[in-house]
Amino acid sequence: MNLILSGTAGAAAQAGAASGVQSLTWLLVGLPLLGAFVLMVGGRRTDRWGHWLAVLLSWAAFVIGAAVFLSVLGEPASERVSVQHLFSWVPAGAFSAEAALRVDTLSLTFVLLVTFVGSLIHVYSVAYMAADPDRRRFFAYLNLFVAAMLLLVLADNYLLLYVGWEGVGLASYLLIGFWNHNPSYAAAAKKAFVANRVGDIGLALAIASMFLVFGGVDFDTVLGGAQQDGLQYQGWMTFIGLMLLLGACGKSAQVPLQSWLGDAMAGPTPVSALIHAATMVTAGVYLVVRSGAVYQAAPTAALIVVIVGALSLLFGAIVASAKDDMKKVLAGSTMSQVGYMMLAAGLGPVGYAFAIFHLVTHGFFKAGMFLGAGSVMHGMDDVVDLRRFGDLARTMRITWLTFGAGWLSIIGFPFLSGFWSKDAIIEAAFVGEGWRPWVFGSVAMLAAGLTAFYASRMFFMMFHGRKRWDTGAHPHEAPPLMTVPMIVLALGSVFLGGVLTIGGAFVNWLTPVVGEAAEEEPVLSVPVITAITLALVAIGALWAWRQYAASDVPVVQPRGSLATVAARRDLFQDDVNEAVFMRPGQYLTRSLVFADTKGVDGAVGGIAGMVAGTAGWLRKFQTGFVRSYAASMLVGVVVLLGALVVVR
Amino acid sequence: MSVIAAAAADFQAPDIDWGALAPVIAVLGAAVLGVILEALLPRRLRNVAQIGLALAALVVSLVLLSVLWAKPPVSVGTVGPAGAVGRLTQGMNLSIMVDRPALFLQASIVVVSLLAVLTMVERSRDADPFTPQGSAVPGSDFENASRQAGLVQTEVLPLLLLAVSGMMVFTAAGDLLTLFVALELLSLPLYILCGLARRRRLLSQEASLKYFLLGSFGSALFLFGAALLYGATATVNLAAMSQVLQSGAPLLVVTGVVLVLAGLLFKVGAVPFHAWTPDVYTGAPTPITGFMAAATKIAAFGALLRVLFYGLAPLQDTWQPVLVIVAVATMVVGSVVAIVQADIKRMLAYSSIAHAGFILTALVAVQEAGISSTLFYVLAYGFTTLGAFAVVALVRERDARNNITGEATHLSQWAGLGRRSPVLAGVFTLFMLAMAGIPLTSGFTAKFAVFSAAVSAGYAWLAVVGVVASAAAVFFYIRVIVLMYFSEPAADATTVVAGRPFTAAAVALGAVATILLGVVPAPVLELARTAATAPFGG
Repeated sequence: MNLILSGTAGAAAQAGAASGVQSLTWLLVGLPLLGAFVLMVGGRRTDRWGHWLAVLLSWAAFVIGAAVFLSVLGEPASERVSVQHLFSWVPAGAFSAEAALRVDTLSLTFVLLVTFVGSLIHVYSVAYMAADPDRRRFFAYLNLFVAAMLLLVLADNYLLLYVGWEGVGLASYLLIGFWNHNPSYAAAAKKAFVANRVGDIGLALAIASMFLVFGGVDFDTVLGGAQQDGLQYQGWMTFIGLMLLLGACGKSAQVPLQSWLGDAMAGPTPVSALIHAATMVTAGVYLVVRSGAVYQAAPTAALIVVIVGALSLLFGAIVASAKDDMKKVLAGSTMSQVGYMMLAAGLGPVGYAFAIFHLVTHGFFKAGMFLGAGSVMHGMDDVVDLRRFGDLARTMRITWLTFGAGWLSIIGFPFLSGFWSKDAIIEAAFVGEGWRPWVFGSVAMLAAGLTAFYASRMFFMMFHGRKRWDTGAHPHEAPPLMTVPMIVLALGSVFLGGVLTIGGAFVNWLTPVVGEAAEEEPVLSVPVITAITLALVAIGALWAWRQYAASDVPVVQPRGSLATVAARRDLFQDDVNEAVFMRPGQYLTRSLVFADTKGVDGAVGGIAGMVAGTAGWLRKFQTGFVRSYAASMLVGVVVLLGALVVVR
Repeated sequence: MSVIAAAAADFQAPDIDWGALAPVIAVLGAAVLGVILEALLPRRLRNVAQIGLALAALVVSLVLLSVLWAKPPVSVGTVGPAGAVGRLTQGMNLSIMVDRPALFLQASIVVVSLLAVLTMVERSRDADPFTPQGSAVPGSDFENASRQAGLVQTEVLPLLLLAVSGMMVFTAAGDLLTLFVALELLSLPLYILCGLARRRRLLSQEASLKYFLLGSFGSALFLFGAALLYGATATVNLAAMSQVLQSGAPLLVVTGVVLVLAGLLFKVGAVPFHAWTPDVYTGAPTPITGFMAAATKIAAFGALLRVLFYGLAPLQDTWQPVLVIVAVATMVVGSVVAIVQADIKRMLAYSSIAHAGFILTALVAVQEAGISSTLFYVLAYGFTTLGAFAVVALVRERDARNNITGEATHLSQWAGLGRRSPVLAGVFTLFMLAMAGIPLTSGFTAKFAVFSAAVSAGYAWLAVVGVVASAAAVFFYIRVIVLMYFSEPAADATTVVAGRPFTAAAVALGAVATILLGVVPAPVLELARTAATAPFGG
């Protein structure tokens, strides 16, 4: 009964409160949410102009985000944190949670990434979804996603973050199953939902534990507490860290909750670009980086984060190397690249900035590649089989160029965006003592080679080699509404990393949130690391060239080696899940159902029968005769009176 | 002359605070004015005049009540010279007590009556729920002629206002005689109103007669009890009585208490004084049923509160067991028998019996929480049940020539209603959920309040019985929902009439109140709590 919303909207004047243009932060969440509301409630009436409204509101959010960014940029580094209190959200006795938004350099980085890439993808979708009768609904979900994602990154406490967390999960579920008339797509949505639910339980447990330990769930209380008394509560910190990691694994498709991402490609391709590549799947990295103080107080949990990252890195890269479905290659690649970020985030302050840096550059080049894939699907009648492409470079010039920019960036071609961010992570992985730098550094380096192989394989199979199209295919370039966002993202894939590296701009920008990293030398010298990495990349790319561009690619999938077969089956992830979780779960539910029908239902049925019998007996007294009614009243009075007299 | 002069010298003019009585007088005056208008106005003007007068009187009354709320005057008029009963102190011989509980209850009655008026004023073809000529023999030529002449029974509204003013006094009566007068004032118009249904008139007249006979019986029991109490305490005044009863309760008093309670519990519809409820609720015109279920219940519980918590407060140990027995019997019988009903009005009648039982659990708790939760419950239930009966009035049968005829009250006729009229079925679903006590509806807040009052008074087991009974009751509420949404539509004979703006407004207001009292109950709960902190004369 105490959970009554109260309080008034509007920024309360408090220390460090947002002022000026920063007080408009709530519009970042509010505008896309308004769009989603209007499009959903407006229904078919908004069919004609709804998508443009969504595009407009998304860009408006970007403009506000940029304005807030500029105003924060004008402040000294130490004052780049402000909190905007909206209203008292859950005032419940000892527990209270504010609806408050936190503007700092970390959240602003996400705001800019989400609104900019998101808006580009909105524009792209206008053309991509033009023929879909439900385009309005699609845009409603997209706007809902943007609002939820911004709430996730702007929230000032874990509970509000959880709202955004569930919001993006909902949007993701709705969009994966957007074409839910196809049962396998609906199943994919359900799979994503279930896997995320497992992770969300972790996040919920983490939040509850935070309240138990620190008596609050806002960032200042929890992270400040972890920094001060973390060592005292080492056991709790490890538990919280692991539970947060479980949540992050669900959302970011990391081992062991990775299985949903490949199937999530059932959603429309712009969705894959925005949600399942550029933004939502990186929310787990955000969570770990944001909760850095917890992991610093729990080295075991941090180590497990690194291990999970490294495993996912290899897992995704291996799967991506064997798939023939273009979008599933990209899905494996996303899992692998998020693994890079997770690995970096687990390394501690030395890796936080690089994790976020790679997250940003990945947001550009991976979104660009997905949009390129969408453009190819657009030109090739929704074919996704790499073996049916080939030689598209001639007919789809712009797609070829923009996809090429993403390709070079992801493999870490020198001086492109991906090179700067990935190289930094590999170097950071080599920092430390004992066996760890050697193991994690080597994994990161090896994965760079694998990345070069699968990305090149994909690129060559799509754009080079022999024409392997279906008869009747007429590949053509996409309309400008689609190509312009691709070009913008390609420019980002090429230059953004370099620009942000100048003078350590990005790392300095994030310092107020993630803290200063102590200067430590990697166990190998930096030029050696770079040289080995580049050599591995070159080997991977050349191997792919030999196999898939210089020689002929069979149109029918060859049997392949045992390793290839395993990778094609996602390293048996679904078989493992089925054997370990699904089957025992089914036995459990079956036995529960049995107990329910025999035991509980029997009891319920018996009681119901008894009640009905009683009712049948009682209704006999409702004879309709006034005389018997009056008699019953009289008898009632006498009985009551008699009872009283006896009791006295 | 000298005798008269002496009598006049002895006679002390009662000291009456007219301002405090103004809300009642507004309604009562409008009722009297309505009767006069009925006689004077030409036929075509009567309808509009009566509707306007009734609505205006109720609104004015509500405004006056809200003015009084700020500073309730307690002393309103005295009966007989002060000190007629020796041990009385100043201010203890009040016959009408306008205190905060009275004001809350009166306002509740006026508000639900406003909604009830809206359900009664549909006059378009087939919509009028009342017979064109109450005095006509059912099925006679005279009745047909009246119908063809398009006669309208506009006396309904003055009768309703009379009943409302009786109810308002009922909740504020400071002595047993005023209570009895108010009881008759509210009952007599209802007896008549019950017999005025347009269709199934025999059933309606039977209901009216049954209600009259049994009501008279109940009144007689009450009067007998009042007489016994007067015999034992030498006063009919509740305040004085509570003083006298401090010294103990002889058998005479106990008998009187049980008889007075029987009279009041009859109006509430509690077991074993409930037998009239299903028959009368089924036979009466549906808007009248809704009005009785809502307003009469508020008034009767108000009177029970005042008699038990004020006049008979010293005898708590005597009447508490009676109330406990009655509460349990009422909850169980109401919930259980409702399960086997096949007629929607009859089911709602048993449901109202069950709800009376739930409220009685709060009365067992003799403390503030008992008062405030009762006040909240009767208001919340009033809105819901009025809305539900208003919906029932909209679901009709069709005859072979596609004319709209009587109400389709058999449950089977409601099958598949959700597909034909999603909005109406949705609203009715809301009312059913509220009656079942599902969270975010007023029903949940109300049930939570009464059961927690019982628990805090040490009657946890009674609350458990209440919860079990409401769990059983959920069955028949949900069954209607299942029927509306998940069954194949019944024969095409059922139809939902459209173009009934007044009824629709009443349904909408009832629905809004049901949601508001469930989602943001705090303001009204706070009002109820304020009323309960300074109860009865305080």
